[in-house]
Amino acid sequence: MTIHSSLTPDHAFLAGAGQEDHHDDGSTTTLGFWIYLMSDCILFAALFAGFVVLRGQTAGGPAGRDLFDLSYVAVETGCLLLSSLSYGLAMIAAHRHRQTQVLAWLGVTLVLGLLFMGLELHEFRELIAEGAGPDRSAFLSGYFTLVGTHGLHVTAGMAWMVVLIGHVLHRGLSSDNLVRLTCLSLFWHFLDVVWIGVFTVVYLLGAA
Amino acid sequence: MDALHAHAHAPEGAADHGTLRSYLTGFGLSVLLTALPFALVMTGALSPARAAPVCLGLAAVQIVVHLVYFLHMNGRSSRSWNGAALLFTAIILVILVAGTLWVMAHMNANMMPGMMPPE
Repeated sequence: MTIHSSLTPDHAFLAGAGQEDHHDDGSTTTLGFWIYLMSDCILFAALFAGFVVLRGQTAGGPAGRDLFDLSYVAVETGCLLLSSLSYGLAMIAAHRHRQTQVLAWLGVTLVLGLLFMGLELHEFRELIAEGAGPDRSAFLSGYFTLVGTHGLHVTAGMAWMVVLIGHVLHRGLSSDNLVRLTCLSLFWHFLDVVWIGVFTVVYLLGAA
Repeated sequence: MDALHAHAHAPEGAADHGTLRSYLTGFGLSVLLTALPFALVMTGALSPARAAPVCLGLAAVQIVVHLVYFLHMNGRSSRSWNGAALLFTAIILVILVAGTLWVMAHMNANMMPGMMPPE
């Protein structure tokens, strides 16, 4: 958004496209990645809509009220929110070219992400052990699909983070690596935005 | 022009980058906006009928906070391709979600057993 901010979008677009041949400053890459995130947004919107349609269809099985432990979900939410902050701190360090700090904050983000996924998988295992697996009712199918898809995204983000740590160790904070770090930052913050929808629509409204 | 030139070569390109202050502000606001609905629902301070609008409203505010402080959307974004894509997505999202809920609620009402015509 900083680029060509005083120009109209058309000019900015043309200028960006013209540069592509000899020098990509990364803005086309991040814009392309942003477009992907928007399409991912629509995927999640469809899953949310499906979940809300099915949330009452418990087929005589347990409803959200009987299953969800809000204090547990609050801890998960805290992990993800803290990881958004630590990724932000990694980006600040990246723009200052402090490689060790970048790696340290990426490490913290990764640990918080692992903690989040550990908590989520534990929750899934408990639910399935109680007989509240995805095959129990339409509500639970919707629940596992929505929350599981978010979890898969977080897992993919962590795999990407591991690869990026390798890139930074290998090549340092080159301009290519800064573009990659920026794309992952968009992805990671985006997943936190989706989680706001999940904890509100699935957990808070399910337990209220 | 110098500033423009420098920005054009900033590697983050399509997004502003935040400062420590902006990240901490965003984080602080997010903690508040998360803790509030959890506290309201967990203490039972909200009746179930009121919980939905209050929680959804707070979630909408928190999404805006995240967009501004973590994803660095701002006033200038609306004139960029990022902003245009976000706006377009928001419109599709509203049509998709509101449309689905509306249609399915009607379907549900029309499929009640008592309303099925006898064979």
